[in-house]
Amino acid sequence: MSSKPLAISVRDVSKRYRLGQAAKETLMGEAIMSRLKNPFRKASFKEFDALNGVSFDVYKGDVVGVIGRNGAGKSTLLKVLSRITEPTTGEIQLYGRTGALLEVGTGFHPELTGRENIFLNGAILGMNRAEIRSQFDAIVDFAEVEKFLDTPVKRYSSGMYVRLAFAVASFLNPEILIVDEVLAVGDAEFQKKCLGKMHDVAGQGRTVLFVSHNMAAVQGLCNRGIVMQKGQLVFDGDVDKAVSIYRNAAPTAGGGDVPGDYRFENRENSYSPGKLFIRRVRTLDARGEITDAASMGEPMRVLIDVEGLTDVRGAQVAVIVKNDLGQWLANFNTGMKPPAQPLGKDGAETLELLIPTVPFVTGNYFIDISVAQKGVGRLDAIESAVPLHVTDNDVYGTGYGPRQGDGVVYLDAEWSVRPTADSVAGTA
Amino acid sequence: MSKPLHTIRPTSGLASLNLGELWQYRDLLYAFAVRDVRLRYRQTALGAIWVVLQPLLAAAIFGFVFGRVAKLPTDGIPPFLFAFAGMVCWTVFSSTITKASTVLIQNTNLVSKVYFPRLLMPMAPGASTLLDLAVSLVVLAVLMVIYGVPPTLNLWLAPILLLIVLMLGLGVSFIASSLAVRYRDVQYVIPVVVNLLVYISPVGYSASAVGEGQGRFLYFLNPLAPILDAFRWSIFGVGRPEWGFLAYAAGVAVVVFLVGAVIFRSQERSFADVI
Repeated sequence: MSSKPLAISVRDVSKRYRLGQAAKETLMGEAIMSRLKNPFRKASFKEFDALNGVSFDVYKGDVVGVIGRNGAGKSTLLKVLSRITEPTTGEIQLYGRTGALLEVGTGFHPELTGRENIFLNGAILGMNRAEIRSQFDAIVDFAEVEKFLDTPVKRYSSGMYVRLAFAVASFLNPEILIVDEVLAVGDAEFQKKCLGKMHDVAGQGRTVLFVSHNMAAVQGLCNRGIVMQKGQLVFDGDVDKAVSIYRNAAPTAGGGDVPGDYRFENRENSYSPGKLFIRRVRTLDARGEITDAASMGEPMRVLIDVEGLTDVRGAQVAVIVKNDLGQWLANFNTGMKPPAQPLGKDGAETLELLIPTVPFVTGNYFIDISVAQKGVGRLDAIESAVPLHVTDNDVYGTGYGPRQGDGVVYLDAEWSVRPTADSVAGTA
Repeated sequence: MSKPLHTIRPTSGLASLNLGELWQYRDLLYAFAVRDVRLRYRQTALGAIWVVLQPLLAAAIFGFVFGRVAKLPTDGIPPFLFAFAGMVCWTVFSSTITKASTVLIQNTNLVSKVYFPRLLMPMAPGASTLLDLAVSLVVLAVLMVIYGVPPTLNLWLAPILLLIVLMLGLGVSFIASSLAVRYRDVQYVIPVVVNLLVYISPVGYSASAVGEGQGRFLYFLNPLAPILDAFRWSIFGVGRPEWGFLAYAAGVAVVVFLVGAVIFRSQERSFADVI
C-alpha cells in the first residue's frame, strides 16, 4: 500500500472492560465473603467492548487524526497504544520511541516550582536528565515563564500552567507522538502555538497520532483520518473524507444509504422496546430530488415514514434541526401545527414537512426525528438521524449573500434610502 | 522490515521483572525521590530541621515510655540512645511502607495517563528514606560522642542489616501498594500494622526482655526482631545476635522482595483499568 516504512501496526486489537466490577467488590471483606459463600462460582460481569477488532497501519511521517463521538473508543485506543493499559486481544507493533501526551501537565506538582516541575514532568514523560537540561532554555522560552521559574506552580495562572506543561511535552522529541485532545485547554493564542508546534513535529517527518473534536485542527494538521464508532474503525483514509463521514455519521443511521435517504429499520428503540415507529427519513431539495444538501433561502422537504400510530391517541411527530454544536435551531411539531389529515389513519404513513425557505446560513446541521404521545412522552426518537448541508445561495441575486459566519440565520429583508430631512419629517 | 521497538500484546500469568526497563528509567526514580524529599518540608517553618527533630522526638518518647516508665531492659545503654539506634533502623522499614503503600492511589492521574514502569513509584519512598537514614546516622554518631558510648568492631554488620530491612520494607510495599489499587482497605490496615510492629519488635527496648524459651522463639519469628537486635549489637556491642534467626530474617526479606516485585509486575497491567 505504501513504500514508506511502518511506524505503527495495529492488528485486530480489542479491549474489553468489565462493568460494575470496580463498584462491586472493592471492599476486601466483601470479596473474601463472596468467595467463601460461593467458592466455585465464576464471577459474572457485564462486559463492554471499548475497542472491537481494530486494525490499521501507520507509516513514518503520517499525521493521523483519530475522530469519533464520545465513547467511540478513541481514548482507549490511545491508552493501549501508549502502553498505559493492555489490549484484551490483538497485537500492536511500535517502530520507534513513542511519546504520549494524554493530558497536559500529568505529574505536575502544585507545591514544586516551575523549574522543579520541568525536570519531574520531563522524567515522567521519559526524558533523561541530560536531555531535559539541553532543552531547558527552549522549554522555558516556549512557555514564557522565565520570571516565574522559581515560583511554585500553584501560584501560576491557569494559562501559564498549561503553557509550561505543553512546552515540556512538546520538546519530548519522540519518533511517534500520540496526543489526546490537549487543545481543549488554553486560550486561542496558545492553541495556535500548540498547533504550530505540532506542525513542526509533523514537518520533521515524525509520526503523529492526534485525537481531537476540533475538526478544523484535524483537517489543518493531518493528512489521514481514522473514524471510530462504537469501538470499531469505520473509515481510514483521506482526512477530509474522514471528517465528512464523522459529521454525517448519525450514530444510528442505516449505513450505506444514499445521502438524503435513510432507513431506520434495524435498530433498538430504547423508548418503546420492540417497537419501531420511525422507519425511513428522506430529505428533498427544491426540485424534489433526494439529497442531503439544501440551498439557503430555497424550499426543502422532509419525508418521514412512520408505522404503528393507529392505536396511539395523541401521537405527535417532530423534526428538530440542530447545528453542529448540538444546539436546537428549530422545532417543527405536528402537535403545534397539525396536518390536514390526522395521524394514524393508516398503518403505514408518510408525513411530509415542507419548509418553504431554508433559513440557515451555509454550514452543517443535523435533524432529530421523534414520535411522542401527548401526556405520555417519547415513543421513538432518532438523534441526529439525518445530516443536512446547507449550501451558499445567491439569495439576493446580487452575487453577495450571507455566507458561513454571517450570523446564524438568513432572513429576507428590504433596504431603502431617503433624504434625511424627509425621514425626519416623516417621523415627526 | 526492521524489528519493532515495542510489541504490545495481552500478557497473562507471572510477569518478568524487566530490569532493563527499570534501569532505562532510573532518572525517573531519582526525580520521584527528589520530589518526595523536596515536598516533605515545603512550607514548614523549621524546614530540614525536622529531619533531625523527628527521630529525636520519637526516641525521646520511646526512651521515656519503655526505659523509664515500663523499666524494660536497655542492656546498660542510656534508654534515649538505645531507642534512637532502634529508631534509625526501624524508620527505614516503617517510613518506606507507610509512604509506599498509598503511592499509587495518591497518584492516580500518573497511573491512568502516562506510561513508565510502575515499580518505580513504591521504590521512590524507599530511596528518599535513605536521605533521612544518612542524617539519622550522623545524629546517632553525635549522640554517641555526647553519651561517651564508643562504637564497636561489629559495625561492619550495620550496612548489611540496613539493606536487609530496606528490602523487607520494599517487598511489603510492592504487595501493599498493588493491593491498594483494588482494595483501598490497605491504607487503613498499614498504619495499624506499623503500630503493632513497633511494640512487638525490639525498637525501644531490648530483646532480652522477652526471656528464654518458646516465647522467645515466637518473638524472633518476626523478622524485624533479629534485625533490630543485631543492629544494636553491631553499634553498641550489647546483646547477642541470634545468627540463625538473622539468616532466617535475611531469607524472608529476599523472598518478600522478589515475590513482591513479581506480584506487583503481574498486577501492574490492570492498574490503569481498576484504579
